[in-house]
Amino acid sequence: MKVVAALSGGVDSAVAAARAVDAGHDVTGIHLALARSPQSHRTGARGCCTLEDARDARRVADVLGIPFYVWDLSERFAEEVIDDFVEEYAAGRTPNPCLRCNERIKFTAVLDRSLALGFDAVATGHYARIVTTPDGRELHRAVDPAKDQSYVLGVLDRDQLAGAMLPLGASFKTDVREEAARRGLLVADKPDSHDICFVPGGDTGAWLRDRIGAAPGDIVDAESGETLGRHEGAFAFTVGQRRGLGIGTPAPEGARRYVVGVDTGTAAVMVGPPVLLEVDTVIGDRPRWCGPALDTPLEGQVQLRAHGEPVDAVVAPATGADGAAQLVARLRERARGVAPGQAMVVYDGTRVVGSVTITTSARR
Amino acid sequence: MRAEALAAMTAELTTVGNPSSLHTSGRRARRVVEESRESIASVLGVSAGDVVFTSGGTEADNLAVTGLYRARHAADARRTRVLASSVEHHAVLDPVEHLGTAEGADVEWLEVDHLGRLRVDLLEKRLAEDPASVALVAVMWANNEVGTTQPITEVAALCAEHGLPLHSDAVQALGQLDVDASTVDSLAVSGHKVGGPHGVGALVLRRGLALEPLLHGGGQERDVRSGTLDAPSIAGFAAAVLASAADRPERTERVRRLRDDLVARIVADLDGVTRNGDPVDCLPGIAHLSFEGCAGDALLLLLDAAGVECSRGSACSAGVPQPSHVLLAMGMDPVAAKSSLRFSLGRTSTPSDVDRLLEVLPAAVARARRAGPSR
Repeated sequence: MKVVAALSGGVDSAVAAARAVDAGHDVTGIHLALARSPQSHRTGARGCCTLEDARDARRVADVLGIPFYVWDLSERFAEEVIDDFVEEYAAGRTPNPCLRCNERIKFTAVLDRSLALGFDAVATGHYARIVTTPDGRELHRAVDPAKDQSYVLGVLDRDQLAGAMLPLGASFKTDVREEAARRGLLVADKPDSHDICFVPGGDTGAWLRDRIGAAPGDIVDAESGETLGRHEGAFAFTVGQRRGLGIGTPAPEGARRYVVGVDTGTAAVMVGPPVLLEVDTVIGDRPRWCGPALDTPLEGQVQLRAHGEPVDAVVAPATGADGAAQLVARLRERARGVAPGQAMVVYDGTRVVGSVTITTSARR
Repeated sequence: MRAEALAAMTAELTTVGNPSSLHTSGRRARRVVEESRESIASVLGVSAGDVVFTSGGTEADNLAVTGLYRARHAADARRTRVLASSVEHHAVLDPVEHLGTAEGADVEWLEVDHLGRLRVDLLEKRLAEDPASVALVAVMWANNEVGTTQPITEVAALCAEHGLPLHSDAVQALGQLDVDASTVDSLAVSGHKVGGPHGVGALVLRRGLALEPLLHGGGQERDVRSGTLDAPSIAGFAAAVLASAADRPERTERVRRLRDDLVARIVADLDGVTRNGDPVDCLPGIAHLSFEGCAGDALLLLLDAAGVECSRGSACSAGVPQPSHVLLAMGMDPVAAKSSLRFSLGRTSTPSDVDRLLEVLPAAVARARRAGPSR
């Protein structure tokens, strides 16, 4: 096959590309330029689109002996990922930009362009497995539970999965690093990237304040309705957050208080004891299916945030008040800190069934 | 590299000697450098003493722009204006811009027409406004992207009228056109564009023109440029300049015909192709074309995979393709600018190279059009 290997400049995508070459594919390395004005150097583990990363990606392609090009997707990334991120926060939700990037950039913009240019697939260094069955392709969790990234790929649909190649799903990260070193890929020791790549310095609250502006409101006790303090913008708070509330009044008996919700109407941040965070019903919309759509209730699992534990649940299709397709999950045990805007990815064992964007959660 | 350059360079690499040393080996190396200087000067129509060796075209351009500005501004604080064409190579563009942001220079970008040729009438007006406030004028000899040659003689006459120094980046022109460096006050050339080594070039600087050095040190080159002279590269550079001057009429005529054939066949074979730049006053080896509905980088990828190497505008360091400032200055919209590719032909190009391009281009363009334009 003719394969585009997305090379971030990191170790995972490098080994993924190397394995695609070994498998006999005709591989072309592509580095995605996502930042409009890239920083020249990586600082710690943050970011993935500096000039240094572009250079590292180029060196990987050199070592593998494959062609290498940079594709400028900064405009689309700004529109589809960064603008969306700001809008979601401004609306009081907590978006996951990595899922959005996978859905709209890597497996739409890049995949569509690759297919149009005569390639058959896009290979990435994500840790998840694609299993081919008589009924078609399935997306499964990676073998390495510590690195499993099936959650951030849970937004792919069947067509996107058909064009994806994930050579690392059956490997452990430590083995991938060793393999990189053995292959002479100089990125073998590069730290894993985390945090949000387009927020330099990692201070998401300050970054959002620069873009959304101050939107002050009250911090309100969710149980008593009492106003406990003021905040500069609800976007700085995420459901489940405990630190940085800056409330002077102590809670009765010194109980810890958490953010339990955001009222976008009044800009109030609701706080309360941890029990208020516990939910057993999660509802989401905008379903995405990487296999057959769910039409009957499924006894499966849901994962409610990246690196979150799977929770046993019955998941059923439903229709919202506005007529939009929804999924309702009844959790077998209560989950904490479920934030609107995050994805709920539905699993049947290791298989990804699909995902929705969380709209509401409740406790019966 | 040209065989003559390779031979001259190799001969020097196998001997020792710092051209600035006083002993026998040093004197031998110095002789090679000075003979090289004389060869280059004779081809460019200047005296040997005008030639200042540098590490390449970029250094020569930076030295001229920044050095002339600082010296002229220091001598007369009213001289704050820098007038440069809007289609300059980044080696001129960026130091000029830097003078504006870091040293308070008043930068004026000179307009070009839709073919990329300088609007001499507008330059004349700008100069006449207040010539005493002008530090320098910079207009390239020929454009590196679209190939358009500039009306240097007219520009030089205007500058001379007001007693203003004119710098010209002739990196692209040397070996392709008849470059008479005595036309201007300052001229940048580079070794690798004439079949010589990379990493060596020269600033041809009229003696008596004050210029502040950028590199301070041993003062090896007229106290204008410091740094141990690279005798092997200089020898290779000179050999390439001589060889390219000797075969220039025959070679450029052959390349020009090949290029004209390439353009004619592409335009005949494909719809939606536009040729950019001046079709007459143009470097012989450059064909700059826009392919409607294509992204230039997609087309480049497809052609590269088919064994045809071409470029998007000028080679860029960060690898992130921006629409070319040259095409934008010519009035092209950014999407059309990003649909453009430059095909460069040279000394070693053959008719079969053109045939090969014509074989693979239609399918590549059709496929790139399906993938859509840059956005």
